[in-house]
Amino acid sequence: MDAFLQNCLTGISIGSIYALIAIGYTMVYGILRLINFAHGDIFMMAGYFMIICMTDMMIPWYISIVIVIVATVLLGVCIEKVAYKPLRTAPRMSVMISAIGVSYFLQNFATYLFSAQPKSYPTIGFLSKSVQVGEISTTLVTFVTPILTILLVIGLVMLVKKTKVGMAMRAVSRDFETAQLMGIKINSVISFTFAIGCALAAIGSVLYFIPRSSVYPLAGSLPGLKCFVAAVFGGIGSIPGALVGGFLIGLSETFIKASAFSEFSDAFTFIILIVVLLCLPTGLFGEKIKEKV
Amino acid sequence: MLQKKTKNICTAAALVLLAVVIVCVGQFTSSTSMLRTVLQLGAIYALLAVSMNLCNGFTGLFSLGQAGFMTLGAYTYAILTIPVESRAGVYYLYGVAGWLEKLELPIPVALLVAGLVAALFAFLIGLPVLRLKSDYLAIATLGFAEVVRIVTASSPLNRVTNGSLGLTMIPGFSSYYGIFAVVILCIAIIVLLINSTYGRAFKAIRDDEIAAEAMGINLSQHKQMSFVISSFFAAIGGALMAMYMGAISSTTFTIAVTYFILLIVVIGGMGSVTGSVISALLVIASREWWLRFLDQPMFIGSFKVPLLKTGFRMVVFSVILMVVVLLFRKGIMGEREFNWDGIYSFFKRLFSKKKSGKGVQAK
Amino acid sequence: MSENVLKVENATMQFGGVVAVDNLNLEVNEGEIVSLIGPNGAGKTTAFNVITGVYAPTNGRVYFNGACIVENFPHGKMKKLYQGEHLGEYTSVKEPTPDKITQMGMARTFQNIRLWKSQTVMDNVLMAKHMRRSSNLFSATFRLNKREEEKQREETLDLLRIVGLEDVKDDLSTSLPYGKQRRLEIARALATEPKLLLLDEPAAGMNPQETIELTEFIGEIRSKFHMTVLLIEHHMDLVMDISDRIYVLDFGKLIASGVPAEIQNNERVIGAYLGVADDAED
Repeated sequence: MDAFLQNCLTGISIGSIYALIAIGYTMVYGILRLINFAHGDIFMMAGYFMIICMTDMMIPWYISIVIVIVATVLLGVCIEKVAYKPLRTAPRMSVMISAIGVSYFLQNFATYLFSAQPKSYPTIGFLSKSVQVGEISTTLVTFVTPILTILLVIGLVMLVKKTKVGMAMRAVSRDFETAQLMGIKINSVISFTFAIGCALAAIGSVLYFIPRSSVYPLAGSLPGLKCFVAAVFGGIGSIPGALVGGFLIGLSETFIKASAFSEFSDAFTFIILIVVLLCLPTGLFGEKIKEKV
Repeated sequence: MLQKKTKNICTAAALVLLAVVIVCVGQFTSSTSMLRTVLQLGAIYALLAVSMNLCNGFTGLFSLGQAGFMTLGAYTYAILTIPVESRAGVYYLYGVAGWLEKLELPIPVALLVAGLVAALFAFLIGLPVLRLKSDYLAIATLGFAEVVRIVTASSPLNRVTNGSLGLTMIPGFSSYYGIFAVVILCIAIIVLLINSTYGRAFKAIRDDEIAAEAMGINLSQHKQMSFVISSFFAAIGGALMAMYMGAISSTTFTIAVTYFILLIVVIGGMGSVTGSVISALLVIASREWWLRFLDQPMFIGSFKVPLLKTGFRMVVFSVILMVVVLLFRKGIMGEREFNWDGIYSFFKRLFSKKKSGKGVQAK
Repeated sequence: MSENVLKVENATMQFGGVVAVDNLNLEVNEGEIVSLIGPNGAGKTTAFNVITGVYAPTNGRVYFNGACIVENFPHGKMKKLYQGEHLGEYTSVKEPTPDKITQMGMARTFQNIRLWKSQTVMDNVLMAKHMRRSSNLFSATFRLNKREEEKQREETLDLLRIVGLEDVKDDLSTSLPYGKQRRLEIARALATEPKLLLLDEPAAGMNPQETIELTEFIGEIRSKFHMTVLLIEHHMDLVMDISDRIYVLDFGKLIASGVPAEIQNNERVIGAYLGVADDAED
């Protein structure tokens, strides 16, 4: 029973980090119909930013986090401007190759700057404090993660539903061209979307790397793929969907890791992906789009 | 326009020239020569790029499963060909599965089996996955490649794949020409296929799926065909790679390998076989030879050239990929193939430009 | 019965709660040119898509050469939502994909031209011949089908000669002027050797001169290939000129059918086009 609760807790914690990253995928896909292959690598870069701030420059953690978020957002927006914006009217395959190119570049660039060896991630004192709840012992970060995620998601949903920018985002994701004709500044809406996605990825990266304590250039690629699976599971384009998808992937992964099939936990995620795409192509909360003849 | 006869003579001359280069390198260089490495590795990557192009460039199916099929091919080939006497040494930790102990096939048979195993997997995975639209297909095939990688390294297969230790002592062709023979044969088959009525159907699907279906082309059947054939040749490429390297493990063919092949295809031009071949040779020559210096610190006098250190080469490659995608979307060849008319008219234009330039000067 | 090339029986197409085609009955006899007309949004293209297998109808049947090729009845989610008639009359599901229907001998063109853009004129037609191949993957790859390949090329050239595109056969399909692209699309459909040709607004976007040429062209096709034609069109001159019979759709319902002279004087048709009938009722 305790083991079960322990797994639930771990699963929810990792799941909420997945959710934070998945939101980045879902929002970008909702607007540009593009899988931002580089999102996982942006997440990895955020990990390195934190190391630079705290280990190399000795900046206190609360300022470091702000710097990391700002730097990650800048990186994401730059990527959008350089690699995606020129291809707005290009065939979909070109845009996808460009996204893969960015991912490939970030991985190689990180290897070049920081070497392929893992670098140790700084600790934030109070988050690593161990907590005892009944028979389960864990660190504080395990509790902070889901609470923070849910607060962020509520905030984001409010933003999308209630504000003018949110309305513009919804309009752009409905119909790109019409939104443009209605006077919505497409480019600033897209930049804003990337900014939000990257900010969430930066927060996710802090929460993800603290318990794992090291970063390496390929650290973002597998979590990135998993989070994309979470976004597809929840229904691409839907923010609550990404949250639910993230939790489901996180929980199932944790339970498989605890079982006899622990070797296959990553493989299982992709099997989920294929099954979901076949049985429920629009995910749990997605909308159906049909091509016109 | 050139006469057909002239063109044939040119083509024959070019092929003879290529053969002469390969033979010369084989005859006059030592086995560690850089030219040999470039030609052999370039040939293998050319096959991998052409096989990816068949699926991605000619049929418009954006599949990123290349590394998975290469793993399947490389492992099948290795398992079937490691000499019986050295098996005990290779599988020293886990021991070898009973049915494998005495199994050793000749190289050509093992290559064929490697291709067929990957084709079978491609068929099974293609049934569900090929119904997906472009980007979902990319992610699903990428996921499939990861699954293959994880499963080959997993403990239940220890006695077959040697788990995470990988396989060594993989035999290759005794002759230097073996790899070229296989690659040329495979590419020739792919070219014949692309120029056949089936190849035309693939292009129709790429250009407009709805129109292709309305013109009576069975979409799922043809997509499946292209995917399976592409995987077959990718696996042969993987097997050749295993042969070339002599040792493989589950981390040999990662997603980065798929991305690297994609880079070659994009630089050469999506939908051009000659583009892929030229690009493979150029990219491999750059990676292994011309751009090697980027990875080593360099001093001119006492001045240390900035930026140069381990890893810079791959950064340069990814920048080249981005530049090609963003600025020269068609790559070297676009969707065209190499042809003599193109070369002829290119020189003619060049020549007449010079002439008219001179004319202006004379005035 | 068997002289019907095409017969649509009680076909209803409903998307969610929207009935796009409501209980359509339509017959096309051998050698006829039949037009399907109606105001924008009347459901003409949807009817085409039902016939050619792009959509399975919600209810009803389609016969081709006397054999039932498409059949469906409201099931699953549609069971509750269905608003049309003839419920319970059909009990089996037969929904072949468009390529199967084309293989049976029906070929179509598209409202917004859908040529294979990166291919030449010749290749566009040649590609459509793929369907009538007898070679398999092996024999085609290793050129054991040389005779068939040559025959296909000859037939393609003949076809291009007949439709007057022979001189541009090596041009890129998208480099052709609009009228010729339409012609090429029709030639491509003919290359599949159909018995019935379905043309979706072939004169859309054409100038009067091109429209006149197209009218002649469709007539030529009928006489040269003994073709039966069903077409959707807005150009009334063209429709009245070449149609043997006309069906008129409005809001998914068939409101009139008959020879051109009857349709021209039918008040419901005039009303549907000018919106008079509704105002009069108010």
